[in-house]
Amino acid sequence: MSTALSPTGRRADRVRERLFVALSAVSVAVPLLVLALLLGDVLRTGLGRVDWAFLTSYPSRHWERAGILPALVGTLLLNATAAAMTLPVGVAAAIWLEEYAEAAAGRGGRARRTAMGWLARLVEVNIANLAGVPSILYGLLGLGLFVRTLGMGRSLLAGACTLALLVLPVVVLASREALRTVPDSLREAAWALGATRWQLVRRVVLPLALPGILTGTILAVSRAVGETAPLVVIGALVYLTFLPTSLSSPFSALPIQIYNWTSRPQAGFQTNAAGAIVVLLATLLLLNAAAILVRARLQRRSRA
Amino acid sequence: MHPLLLSLVLGACGEPPTEAVPPPQPVSIDGSSTVYPITEAVAEAFRAIEPDVRVTIGVSGSGGGFKKFCSGEIVLAGASRPIKKSEVDACAAKGIAFVELPVAYDGIAVVAHPTATWLDDVTVEELKAMWQPEAQGTVTRWAQIRADWPDRPFHLFGPGVDSGTYDYFTAAIVGTEHSSRGDFTPSEDDNVLVQGVATDPDALGFFGLAWYEENHDRLRLVPVEDGKPDNGAGPIAPSMETVRNGTYQPLSRPLFLYVASSALDRPEVARFLSFYLKDGRALVSEVGYVPLSDVAYELVQKRLAARTSGSVFVSGGSQVGLTVEGLLGKER
Repeated sequence: MSTALSPTGRRADRVRERLFVALSAVSVAVPLLVLALLLGDVLRTGLGRVDWAFLTSYPSRHWERAGILPALVGTLLLNATAAAMTLPVGVAAAIWLEEYAEAAAGRGGRARRTAMGWLARLVEVNIANLAGVPSILYGLLGLGLFVRTLGMGRSLLAGACTLALLVLPVVVLASREALRTVPDSLREAAWALGATRWQLVRRVVLPLALPGILTGTILAVSRAVGETAPLVVIGALVYLTFLPTSLSSPFSALPIQIYNWTSRPQAGFQTNAAGAIVVLLATLLLLNAAAILVRARLQRRSRA
Repeated sequence: MHPLLLSLVLGACGEPPTEAVPPPQPVSIDGSSTVYPITEAVAEAFRAIEPDVRVTIGVSGSGGGFKKFCSGEIVLAGASRPIKKSEVDACAAKGIAFVELPVAYDGIAVVAHPTATWLDDVTVEELKAMWQPEAQGTVTRWAQIRADWPDRPFHLFGPGVDSGTYDYFTAAIVGTEHSSRGDFTPSEDDNVLVQGVATDPDALGFFGLAWYEENHDRLRLVPVEDGKPDNGAGPIAPSMETVRNGTYQPLSRPLFLYVASSALDRPEVARFLSFYLKDGRALVSEVGYVPLSDVAYELVQKRLAARTSGSVFVSGGSQVGLTVEGLLGKER
């Protein structure tokens, strides 16, 4: 900015800038176009299939009579349970890392050599790595740990625990981000008023960070809604004629049902798959809308 | 995983599942995706007459199903191939005896693009010449297979190497199970194969007959000549009839259900199975597969009644060119 530019140089720069903006616009347009095509195709084939009977029927050999009830209920229960398990654990981990361990280790990377600082660093690296682990590995972990070792069997609980593990790193990362957005000036003000660390976290940091934490969590959980691979490994079923009565019940899930229908020879089942995808998308949209609503609500309250 | 994280997670997930009033144990089934549509149809029809019996079906493939079956997790396993020696041993180690029940046939269709009107039939030797591992890189053009076929490269499509269909095809055509050239287009989803063959004028592919029948207007079925006139002379196209009467060879295979002998003491399992073998016959063709002959069904029912345990496929693996009558008839 400090370099003086000749008029011709400026003109050339303006051309370059235009080119760059055009390129950026294309980069935005391409994925949006692909998304629109996908959505359009799915909606065109699937939307007409979604009606009350489709939502409330059990699987059938007649595609026109088949429905997604056990899969839909399974998906909702699975993700609600997973969210309930992962939220407290994830937020607590984030608070510890952000408010306690950082403080013990000294902010700004001054003293990483303390035991606490070393531990915090280890946890941090592990969480960042876990966030990138392919979901099938969580499925295998869940199979070994929850299904076999802890004797949960191929139950709803085992599936929910596996999904909870899967989204946990994302929840921790999102919560840490949210905690970091709380300005340090507020922390310092609380210190100055003689607050203890617990009071600081409880009264100042957490309320301010909550909208961000909830948004992050809901977005993380909506990632789990579409997961197929870990549920296949855990043993989600395709054909069920009853709904789960407890956490130890066998279960089905929407992605499993969709996968099964897309691989059937009859074209009618492809329509069913498209219909189920529409329902899955609607579920995701509802979740995301809920995230936005919650954030807006809490932000208004915290400003007031 | 980090120990702290693990303990956090265990804290959340460590409690054993809540013990509610145990619902009646379901008839738990798992296994091959090929057998699934039949079992689904039977379970649905069975529910209409016995709504209180709970049936659950999972789809983890023939191998995955046997794994669950031999660890006692399920009582019925569907399989598109006979149980292997290693799986028999795994069952034996757990003290699980089983009854092997052929329930239907599946034909594997060889298909091409509808414009390939010159492709009237193909022999097993020609298929072998195209698919065997040695063909990779050397056999690439139609004219190399038969002189009057066009001098253009052909493109091969087939199920992924983890599928039972691939195993059976290679056993029947190449002669060695699970061995073929690697430069074909594989897909785990047969609808992708249909799409591939239907849009490529030089394609040759194979998959379950049901997929051909649902897409017969955009595919060309290629009759297969096995060179054995005693089971039907000349090239034979797969159909309900030629698969059932054993003339479409060698690409017809039986599909199986394996039941744990101990589960047969549960009346609802026994009733489900006898329903499967009696009323299920009509459902088999409804979902696109080929029912056994009446004689064969009788033999299977006898086998179930006698609880004949073990597999007739002693050597293990896919065997080619067998009818269920031939197999079970030998036992008597």
